[in-house]
Amino acid sequence: MTGAATMTETAVTITVDGQPVEVAEGSTIHAACVQAGIDTPTLCWAENLTPVNVCRVCVVELEGSRALVPSCSRPAEEGMVVQTDTPRVRHSRRMVLEFLGSGVDLSQAEDLHDWMEAYGADPDRYSDEEHPVERVDEPVKVQDELYIRDYSKCVLCYKCVEACGDDAQHTFAIAVAGRGFDARISTEFDVTLPDSACVYCGNCVGVCPTGALQFKTEYDLREVGEWRPEDQTVTRTVCSYCGVGCNLDLHVQDERIVKVTSPSDHSVTSGHLCIKGRFGWQYVHGE
Amino acid sequence: MTDIYLGADRATDAEAAAVDAAMRDRGVDAVVQPETERLYTSGRSRRLERRHYLLPALHALQNAVGWISPGGINYVAEVLGVPPAEAFGVATFYDLFRTEPPDHDGDTFHVCVDAACQIAGYDDLVASVRASGGHVHLGPCLGQCERAPALFVQGTGGRPDYVPADAEPFELPQAGDPSLRLLRRIGVADPESLESYRAHGGYEALQRAGEMGADAVLEAVAASGLSGRGGAAFPTGVKWRAVAAETGRPKHVVANCDESEPGTFKDRIVMEHDPFAVIESMTIAGLATGAQNGWIYIRGEYPLATARLQGTIDAARDAGLLGPDAAGTGHDFDIAIWRGAGAYICGEETALFNSLEGFRGEPRNKPPFPTTHGLFGEPTAINNPETLLNVLDIILDGPDDYRTRGTERSPGTKLLCLSGKVGRPGLYEVPFGTTLGDLLELAGGVAGTGEFQAVLMGGAAGSFVGPDSLDLPLTLEDTRAAGTTLGSGVVMAFDSSVDMTDVVVRIAEFFRDESCGQCVPCRVGAVRQHETLVQMQKRGSLSPSRRALIDEMAEVMVDASICGLGHTAASAVRSALSLGLIASAPS
Ligand SMILES: Cc1cc2nc3c(=O)[nH]c(=O)nc-3n(C[C@H](O)[C@H](O)[C@H](O)COP(=O)(O)O)c2cc1C
Ligand code: SF4
Ligand code: SF4
Ligand code: SF4
Ligand code: FES
Ligand code: FES
Repeated sequence: MTGAATMTETAVTITVDGQPVEVAEGSTIHAACVQAGIDTPTLCWAENLTPVNVCRVCVVELEGSRALVPSCSRPAEEGMVVQTDTPRVRHSRRMVLEFLGSGVDLSQAEDLHDWMEAYGADPDRYSDEEHPVERVDEPVKVQDELYIRDYSKCVLCYKCVEACGDDAQHTFAIAVAGRGFDARISTEFDVTLPDSACVYCGNCVGVCPTGALQFKTEYDLREVGEWRPEDQTVTRTVCSYCGVGCNLDLHVQDERIVKVTSPSDHSVTSGHLCIKGRFGWQYVHGE
Repeated sequence: MTDIYLGADRATDAEAAAVDAAMRDRGVDAVVQPETERLYTSGRSRRLERRHYLLPALHALQNAVGWISPGGINYVAEVLGVPPAEAFGVATFYDLFRTEPPDHDGDTFHVCVDAACQIAGYDDLVASVRASGGHVHLGPCLGQCERAPALFVQGTGGRPDYVPADAEPFELPQAGDPSLRLLRRIGVADPESLESYRAHGGYEALQRAGEMGADAVLEAVAASGLSGRGGAAFPTGVKWRAVAAETGRPKHVVANCDESEPGTFKDRIVMEHDPFAVIESMTIAGLATGAQNGWIYIRGEYPLATARLQGTIDAARDAGLLGPDAAGTGHDFDIAIWRGAGAYICGEETALFNSLEGFRGEPRNKPPFPTTHGLFGEPTAINNPETLLNVLDIILDGPDDYRTRGTERSPGTKLLCLSGKVGRPGLYEVPFGTTLGDLLELAGGVAGTGEFQAVLMGGAAGSFVGPDSLDLPLTLEDTRAAGTTLGSGVVMAFDSSVDMTDVVVRIAEFFRDESCGQCVPCRVGAVRQHETLVQMQKRGSLSPSRRALIDEMAEVMVDASICGLGHTAASAVRSALSLGLIASAPS
């Protein structure tokens, strides 16, 4: 979804950083930014999920609005005037990134690293030796051979919950439990995944932006320092398990498949798969 | 697509019976749903058939066995078609629900640790409860700040919840004052008798409204200049007109009786002692907006108010004042009560909708606004009970008479909750424009040392003012100009003996505890703010860089949080710092 207006749709024009941008009615401010070539950080937004607008890293200044607004979900309305690079915007984005980094492990949230640098986020400045700050610190959940959950890396973007629920899988195996800083993604009573409703479609893994959910293959390779994305090739293929025709991207390192994704703009999958496409390749290696 | 998967745990007979009874009370068959329906009702985006019974079902489980067990969750999941993971996520959102087996027998004694109870010394209360073998749970404001320290007892084993102080006789500090408007029936009319309510002018306003018709009621409410008393002061006439303009979908009137802003207890007293007025004014709101469904969402710690309102609804229904053609107005209107379960955030209107609908009490992004997308995504007029109460006199005496009290921009009278170190804490009603000094005088002046240190205005979400504010006229416009707020009507006084650092650190902790956790600025910001203040307390001073950090954190919470909780989480803290109430420079 680029937001560009086609002939049949009504278009609205908004101003982004002084530049007029025309988008289809119903498009978001974020779509207008993309169209205008203005890079905007997002974390909880994904093109194949309903916006939950919780992370607030995408906020922009909207003329006439007291607070900043989340660009990822706010529909563009005719005549809106939006600023994406004011001191207020930069401050909020920086603080959001800093807050996140002060509470969870972002080492594998690669998409955020450039933004943190760009905005000068310094997550360490909240603590000192005498006064360590509270962090999410939980043991990694390794409960099966397919994927692991490391909630010390979780930014609570809700993406996995959405993918498991209404937006793709309709399994509802996981939800947000607890409140405030203690909120966690959890099964009922934190039962293990094999004991839960989980059907191992891996769609939650597919949308997780931080490495909190990870293929067991990737986790194991990282544990021994052998995870080398620069040495990986990606091969597009069509899943052969059934006739639906899902596109698969096979990520291969050292001639072994190390994970499987599906393009989020694919018309059949929207990036979502089932257990066979996502994890069935283990049989390819005769395991 | 899959059907709802349930683990192996099954409910005990007691658990199943409790849930069944709660459902039957609401006219729902507690039968296990067919699988197709379970699927249909499971998701968030679908039309929700039964999901909104989740909160009552969880209350039933908690009350029956003292916790919400895996078997209990599975039973509820099966009956209501809610996935167990989501039901668990909802249960863990609320302070009054436990999801671990209780570590004690018997009831739970909730003791308030917020400001009024902090300075009244809740330690003695805790000690005395413990001495008699009671299990104590420390928590946020219980809405009884005028009789601090406060206690609420949560029953288990099927025993009802209760508040010991409710057994004591009640009298308004201004009892007998002929100038009382909103409070004039309190202590005069019998709150449990429809006849008594009628004998004191009850249901005359609804009758008049029926004769006037919806448009004329909307006109009168708009002309009165009435604005919301729940904290945001939004013009009620504008809100009601917006709902009235919506057609083609079911519409709702919600009374926001969650009252959890620390220092606030006005709605409780109104609901306990003039419950028919709440019901009557909601019925008028239904008539004016064309809404047929009334809902009262009341905080779980208000057992007496809940019982009185339920009795009132039953009596009104029996008398034809609710139900089809309510009171002969030609409009169908009925009211149901939903109890909250301990979460300040559920007073935020969109969090309230989610909570009532059986989801986690997380605020929604606005727009869209409740007038078009409220409860169940349908047009909704949500109001504070004090706001609603004003409508009765606006209808009876007309907007011109209403405007003879108060100021041009803040017409009418205001309920104010006086607590802390004042001579006679309690609920007061004064015209807008009364000065803070005169109000404190009315309440018996500053108690304790008699030397005035500060007043917390508007609750934890408000701000402190100092002795130089005694001349401040209490209006929306003057408080705003002075950088403070009337908010929900909190006026909590502190004499010179109070250590304000303790008070401010606790306010920061309150926000840390009550943040729903949805958005980053508030979820993390409230924690970091509290940590910074605890550091300050330990060190006895706040370095310039930490002082600057507080402002930086406040800025992102104000600018980028989703809801009012995050927007105001730094407000009282910063006002205390700028007034010099707490250590701000290295000593
Ligand atoms: C954190 C938070 C808590 C709130 N709590 C309450 C409450 O307990 N009661 C209430 O009437 N309004 C509360 N509000 C305000 C409501 O969102 C809403 O504005 C109000 O119910 C509208 O009614 P009114 O226009 O009659 O004031 C709260 C707002 C926030 C942000
Ligand atoms: S693997 Fe699929 S079913 Fe299991 S939790 Fe993730 S999204 Fe839900
Ligand atoms: S586990 Fe991943 S996808 Fe799920 S909320 Fe956490 S960071 Fe987001
Ligand atoms: S501001 Fe706080 S309470 Fe409001 S939505 Fe965000 S986290 Fe929740
Ligand atoms: S990306 Fe917009 S709020 Fe998260
Ligand atoms: S009851 Fe303790 S502060 Fe309100």
